[in-house]
Amino acid sequence: MVVLSTLVFFIGLLGVLIRRNLITMLMGIELMLNAVNINFVAFNHYLFPHRLEGHFFALIVMAIAAAEAAIAIALIINIYRKFLTVNVDDVDELKY
Amino acid sequence: MSYTFTILIFLIPLTVFLSLGLLNSKLKPSVAGVIGTTGLAVITILSYSTAYLYFSSTSTQEGHKSIEAFNVLWLTFTDQLQIHLGVLLDPLSVMMLVVITTVSLMVHVYSLGYMRGERGFQHYYAFLSLFTFSMLSLVVATNIFQMYIFWELVGVSSYLLIGFYYERPSAVAASKKAFIVTRFADLGFLVGILILSFNTGTFDFATLTSLTGPVITQTPGTLFLGMSVTTWAMLFIFMGGAGKSAMFPLHIWLPDAMEGPTPVSALIHAATMVVAGVYLVARLFPIYSFSSPDALEAIMYVGSFTSLFAAVIACTQLDIKRVLAYSTLSQIGYMMVALGTSGYGEYGLGYMASLFHLFTHAFFKALLFLGAGSVIHAVHTNVMTNMGGLRKYMPVTHFTFLIACLTIAGIPPFSGFFSKDEILVAAFEHNKLVFAVQWLVAGITAFYMFRLYFSIFWNHPREYDHTPHESPVTMTFPLIFLAIASVMAGFVPFHDLVTSDGRILHTEFHWIIALPSVLIALIGMGVAAILYCKQNPKPENLASRLKGIYQLTFQKFFIDEIYLFITQNIIFQFVSRPLAWFDRHVVDGSMNLVGNTTVVFSGAIKRIQSGHVQLYIWLFASGALLLTIAVLYLTK
Amino acid sequence: MTGPKIIFFILAASIVVFSLLSVLDRRILRAAIYLLFVLVALAGLFYMMNFQFLAAVQLILYAGGIVVLIIFSILLTSQINSKLDAPRKSHLLSGLITAVGGIALSLATVIPFVFKATASDAIGTDMRTIGRQLLDTGEFGYALPFEVISILLLAALVGTIFIARKSKT
Repeated sequence: MVVLSTLVFFIGLLGVLIRRNLITMLMGIELMLNAVNINFVAFNHYLFPHRLEGHFFALIVMAIAAAEAAIAIALIINIYRKFLTVNVDDVDELKY
Repeated sequence: MSYTFTILIFLIPLTVFLSLGLLNSKLKPSVAGVIGTTGLAVITILSYSTAYLYFSSTSTQEGHKSIEAFNVLWLTFTDQLQIHLGVLLDPLSVMMLVVITTVSLMVHVYSLGYMRGERGFQHYYAFLSLFTFSMLSLVVATNIFQMYIFWELVGVSSYLLIGFYYERPSAVAASKKAFIVTRFADLGFLVGILILSFNTGTFDFATLTSLTGPVITQTPGTLFLGMSVTTWAMLFIFMGGAGKSAMFPLHIWLPDAMEGPTPVSALIHAATMVVAGVYLVARLFPIYSFSSPDALEAIMYVGSFTSLFAAVIACTQLDIKRVLAYSTLSQIGYMMVALGTSGYGEYGLGYMASLFHLFTHAFFKALLFLGAGSVIHAVHTNVMTNMGGLRKYMPVTHFTFLIACLTIAGIPPFSGFFSKDEILVAAFEHNKLVFAVQWLVAGITAFYMFRLYFSIFWNHPREYDHTPHESPVTMTFPLIFLAIASVMAGFVPFHDLVTSDGRILHTEFHWIIALPSVLIALIGMGVAAILYCKQNPKPENLASRLKGIYQLTFQKFFIDEIYLFITQNIIFQFVSRPLAWFDRHVVDGSMNLVGNTTVVFSGAIKRIQSGHVQLYIWLFASGALLLTIAVLYLTK
Repeated sequence: MTGPKIIFFILAASIVVFSLLSVLDRRILRAAIYLLFVLVALAGLFYMMNFQFLAAVQLILYAGGIVVLIIFSILLTSQINSKLDAPRKSHLLSGLITAVGGIALSLATVIPFVFKATASDAIGTDMRTIGRQLLDTGEFGYALPFEVISILLLAALVGTIFIARKSKT
């Protein structure tokens, strides 16, 4: 399980680093969050079955992920309106 | 007996300087002149009272002791290195107080008339007060460092006053020359101070010159090139004194300093500042006498050579102020010779003679300069070949100038005779060669001074643009006062007052020295009268026959040209240029290198701020990974 | 090889494969769909571990909420038709190095470690227990995070509306 979560996490990271589209970057981030969830749940189930902390933590992480995805989408929409593109290479005005 | 009032002697000119300097053009010139002169009159009275109190209070049995009126701790660097400021009263400094304030007061009064209508009248008086303040503080210094401080300040005042006519390039050049030469000499002075104080652990005069103190009773341990450390220190200190007193070869600034106004020449370059070197040697005289007599010998030879050298040059100069400047050099040479031949205690005839001559010289040289200023003011020229027959037009100036010339020639009963005679006696007892030289110089002195006198007041009357008239009272009053002083000063019982150890020195009158000196002076006067009293071609014939020598002396032995050659071709080429190159390329270069490195480095780094979010995320992730690896594996 | 283990491997394999495809595919809608599959398989995994509530929340929230949101935004930014650009070679290389390095590091750290299981009774994961613990204020209670999450959601809501509204021109 831990192997699984590690793999998915780093695949998500890869996605964030490789992709040029803002939305696909968001998808990579979601993957990473989910991998973390798996990790929490696995630890809870196999090592500490008498407690529910991993469970709740995963729940809270999900809620946060939802909120963050919503805001990310709002930002993407705004960027699209301003720059008329969602290519991440074109959104580089904060440079030297 | 409290001498705390003496602090006013220094505070008053300082206050006058500050107020006149700050209120420069807001004051009317006459008001500024009155303020300056009043301030100086007050301190003159104070100095006279100090002198009277001092000399009458201390008993004559043990001699005049030195009194410290103040000694205030000013700066502390470590326990051993402390600098005090204070007022030291002993015969030497009290005598100098009297001299300086008297001459300065006369110059102040004289300048009211001489500088009337000049631009910058107010700050002229401010500078005069500054000079007076610094010179006074110099002579009462309790320790050698305070003396150095005011020594430099005196140099600054001199620079300001010589360059007073700052629109004239020659005046500016002269002031720079004076300052640079004396500054160069002060380098030696500082080295000497440092060596001396390092080896003795103190700056204080009382400790340094005390006969039972550590300096004199200890034999110096280390030898360097055959001379003890003390001798080296004393020689360096004398170098500083030689610069200020214009001894050969540092004499070049004094003739050029005549570019300043004539009252300034009278005050600074005749009576007070140039004797600072003599004062320095006299102040440190116990050390010179006991611990480094070789330095005293060197001083004697330098002084003797300078007096002969200057006297010879003065014979051919045409500018009256330059003649007087070389005469000053010559007379200071006399003072240095006297100090050099002196022993201590009952052998201290030379010391007393030197200071006596300083005392009288101040008066008659100031008189000569002020008289020359009066003449210049009347005929608007400095060159003596353009003058003549002025005795009809300017009786007071004529009479006082004559008195001064007689004094400097050493004719009794004027004061110059007494002081010069004592010097000749001291020289005779010590070194016959030096005596012979000084005796010869006395004759030459008489010659060129009367050459000057006859050329101005007798000779053939020239056509003047407007009839010269006698100077106003503000100018003639100081002349009369100084003439009286020149006459009376000879009768001051100096041997009771100022001697090397403070005790009375018994002197006798040596006819065998006095008669030949008067005789050679009369011969000099006679030769000058023959050549210059009436208009005749004899001087030109003489000059053309001795053409080589004449040219040599007229061009002041080309010393200035030699200096210029050395500085421009040698020092500039081989020292200044490499240093300037070093400064520009190495020092500046390294700073530029630092700057450029930063720019290049920043250019390389700024790509990180690309604005690409993916780059940031990648940096973040890889950084975190690297840190984890580092923590986990490298810090096992 | 027991049943649960086989199911676990199938689910795990599908998660990995679909996530890889999601990250590498060049048609954006397909990437979104692959993400959906990953989330559904993940829900299945949760269900297998007896966390029914969590599985349900995963399905509702992620699969039904976020993926829908993503698809909406894809439509709004009108990219359905165009193909995505291929990643830049430098990015690909550096990304791969980081990812592979990270995987190596994590696995090298975790696999040798011997995890000790506690020998206590399992707690139930029915709704009653979950609900009680969620609103409990004593030890092991989660009332505080619950409240904080609600505030967070409120903030996210307001922020989203503010950011994405039409500007007043």
